[in-house]
Amino acid sequence: MTEYQTHEHDVLVIGAGGAGLRAAIEASAAGVSVGLICKSLLGKAHTVMAEGGVAAAMAHVDDRDNWKVHFSDTMRGGQYLNNWRMAELHAKEAPDRVRELEAWGAVFDRTKDGRILQRNFGGHRYPRLAHVGDRTGLEMIRTLQDHGIHQGIKVYMEHTVTKLFVEGGRIAGAFGYDRERGYLRVFKAKSVVVATGGVGRAYKITSNSWEYTGDGYALAYDAGADLMDMEFIQFHPTGMVWPPSVRGILVTEGVRGEGGVLRNKDGKRFMFDGIPENYKAQTADSEEEGWKYVQGDKNARRPPELLTRDHVARKIMGEVRDGRGSPHGGVFLDIAWIKSRLPNGAEHIKKKLPSMYHQFKQLADIDITEVPMEVGPTTHYTMGGVRVDGDTQMSTVPGLFAAGECAAGLHGANRLGGNSLSDLLVFGKRAGEHAAKFAREREAVAIDAGRVDAAARAALAPFDRGAAGGDAEGPYKIQYALQDLMQENVGIVRNEADIKKALDGIQGLKQRAGHAAAGGNRDYNPGWHTALDLPSLLTCAEAIAMCALERKESRGGHFREDHPDKDPAYAGFNLVVRKGLGGRPELRRETIAPLREDLKQVVEENK
Amino acid sequence: MSSTSATFRIWRGEKGKGEFRDYKTPVSEGMVVLDAVHQIQADQANDLAVRWNCKAGKCGSCSAEVNGMPKLMCMTRLSDLPLDQPVTVQPMHTFPSIRDLVTDVSWNFRVKQEIKPFKPRQPDAPDGTWRMQQEDIERVQEFRKCIECFLCQDVCHVLRDHHKHDEFIGPRFLVHVAALEMHPLDTEDRIPELKKAHGVGYCNITKCCTKVCPEGITITDNAIIPLKERVVDRYYDPIKRLLGIGRK
Ligand SMILES: Cc1cc2nc3c(=O)[nH]c(=O)nc-3n(C[C@H](O)[C@H](O)[C@H](O)COP(=O)(O)OP(=O)(O)OC[C@H]3O[C@@H](n4cnc5c(N)ncnc54)[C@H](O)[C@@H]3O)c2cc1C
Ligand code: SF4
Ligand code: SF4
Ligand code: FES
Repeated sequence: MTEYQTHEHDVLVIGAGGAGLRAAIEASAAGVSVGLICKSLLGKAHTVMAEGGVAAAMAHVDDRDNWKVHFSDTMRGGQYLNNWRMAELHAKEAPDRVRELEAWGAVFDRTKDGRILQRNFGGHRYPRLAHVGDRTGLEMIRTLQDHGIHQGIKVYMEHTVTKLFVEGGRIAGAFGYDRERGYLRVFKAKSVVVATGGVGRAYKITSNSWEYTGDGYALAYDAGADLMDMEFIQFHPTGMVWPPSVRGILVTEGVRGEGGVLRNKDGKRFMFDGIPENYKAQTADSEEEGWKYVQGDKNARRPPELLTRDHVARKIMGEVRDGRGSPHGGVFLDIAWIKSRLPNGAEHIKKKLPSMYHQFKQLADIDITEVPMEVGPTTHYTMGGVRVDGDTQMSTVPGLFAAGECAAGLHGANRLGGNSLSDLLVFGKRAGEHAAKFAREREAVAIDAGRVDAAARAALAPFDRGAAGGDAEGPYKIQYALQDLMQENVGIVRNEADIKKALDGIQGLKQRAGHAAAGGNRDYNPGWHTALDLPSLLTCAEAIAMCALERKESRGGHFREDHPDKDPAYAGFNLVVRKGLGGRPELRRETIAPLREDLKQVVEENK
Repeated sequence: MSSTSATFRIWRGEKGKGEFRDYKTPVSEGMVVLDAVHQIQADQANDLAVRWNCKAGKCGSCSAEVNGMPKLMCMTRLSDLPLDQPVTVQPMHTFPSIRDLVTDVSWNFRVKQEIKPFKPRQPDAPDGTWRMQQEDIERVQEFRKCIECFLCQDVCHVLRDHHKHDEFIGPRFLVHVAALEMHPLDTEDRIPELKKAHGVGYCNITKCCTKVCPEGITITDNAIIPLKERVVDRYYDPIKRLLGIGRK
């Protein structure tokens, strides 16, 4: 028997980004005891990095906006694979969730009449993103954190969950370790919310931090839940490309929202070419009209730089492939040009995009008010995830809920910028509410001691392998090999042969991960932590590749060069992966329920 | 600076006991200190403990002392350091050491918990919210840029040298109190605590905190001095005291 400590809560929330914090606050408000676990310190989750804003149809800047337009934009962006119930709830509830943040102390930028200011973003018809300069995520997470710490929530910082326990077909708790000291812990709970974010770390070029190893997906999958839409990974069009050490770091879409334009090495604004049919009617046909739009002219249509991310990313790839890229394999993003239109242009840029100004100045020695940035696509967001019920956010495992980037459904095949921060709030709240309800209506179930022991042994296995020698190998090399494999073979542009290569490669890496070893002791040991993250990464990578192989068409974030067009035959279902007999992943097609009549009409009206 | 290498003298140890060890690693254009630490971790010392998240100066995780200066490792470029000598990298001094570059910063989280939270006035706009003008929130927005890197706590001599952790909340949390006190909607009164439990009087305006803040927050001038003035107004201004005014 290995030693461990036991903690007990009604509701256990895994993940303290926006979704986890919001869920914990809601559950706690419902009067149940809540534990909140996160891998980093509190307030450092991915949410802190979000820049551009949170989407909510408050209509403060353009009074034509309302939930119906937001709903239609989200569905169109998601290519109608979205869980439409989630898209409906999201569009309807986001404004209240944003106002609630203000009541908890958030200080958003203001309109002239003193209300919350909203800005333009890709795929949103009207200015819709509430924001604070380009540090909206910081404002959001800090507000939730500072409110949350006074709600009686027990926080376990720097703890990693490695296993969920299911007993008698119901969730029973979780197993994890404390990163600082390496203590092992059992968390008993009547319901569990996974809000662990995405799996960007499966790729080499990514805007995601070390935390995003897809733990929540793997934990839920292991517990028997469905993973859905895993083929849809969002590659953000604008990541930094130079210098090499910062490759992948995000350049917010807000730059384009403020008037930034994309040019190739010949100085041409290439985004005006090849505008997709379903967006033609909404897109500017001259540079002049595009500029008017970002200046707030209600009669102008948006510039093509603000088309959806999947499209912009592929256009950039095309320019680079055809030899029209920038010196370091990207294209140019120019915001400095607005100085020719605005008298105080440089000041305006610094005011609206302070952290971008800072980031380029400090990391690349570039003054973005003077010269264009070099940018290229970077792995950014996981549209897929745990399949949940749209109203309650419960997975197919009773008592197991998922919210935020960890859950699938809202975004379909492609997420619109700004729709994630609102997703966290709307569905974080719902998950917390329903997890609390589930817990209140039930007694706790006991966790089998044998299962706990097995989880403890698995957690410590890397040390045993390290001590035994033999095939043992450090974990970093294995992680890098996976990142290269996925980047090359299941990246922005995919084909059958490459995906099969990736699937083979993943099997080999699973073998190697079985020998991943750690030296040293259990105190804050990143080698050990990385070894334990590998199985999650591999589970997710396999699910991504399996779904990517099966979807023989191109749609949203998923692009197959061997099937470059959208195929109506693939429009009616989501791909779902579940752990099958013998522990092997099984893939199936899940038919999408027909759109409710009234919503169908909403979509028609907003075509 | 192509295909050269540099030596990093990194503190390795646990709970305050340890030593500097030298690691030689290749450096390339644009690298920051955190990249070098990661390279060393991947190739030479798998268990080298370091905190980080965003690698873009947004999360405040990677604080350490580089060549004796409190810095975010992810925003400290090697090209700004003399690489003909070893670059020393050590954990923040003000907080207990856990291991290598990681310190126990939990005190900061406990301190925040003790500060009275935001308490807004009743909504007064017809739509059930509030109106605030941009110019009225600008100074609060400056304070809210804080990424909680705790570098200001690390340099403040009241904490670093005099260990007044029980009597003084430090510059980070004075900034936090200022953000609450100057929030146009807030109605709470934190002046009595500022004077006593929060120990604003310990600050003697050396401005060391302001100098190291990676977010460029003018901690001393914009946050601490106005708070000190509020305390003085409340407790030491005889006329106001007599009349019982001075509440904000
Ligand atoms: C640079 C950047 C900019 C962005 N800008 C925007 C934007 O402008 N607008 C927008 O809408 N979206 C934006 N996004 C996307 C958005 O920020 C994320 O999708 C969102 O923050 C995810 O929030 P979350 O609550 O689901 O999870 P996260 O904030 O990712 O938090 C996950 C939490 O889970 C914890 N965790 C993970 N695994 C475990 C485990 N095994 N055990 C315990 N805890 C665990 C982590 O420690 C963390 O606390 C941006 C993303 C990035 C990277
Ligand atoms: S100005 Fe005050 S708070 Fe800042 S370092 Fe000096 S004494 Fe500390
Ligand atoms: S005030 Fe500045 S130095 Fe202090 S914690 Fe905040 S960001 Fe860091
Ligand atoms: S890693 Fe986030 S501030 Fe350095």
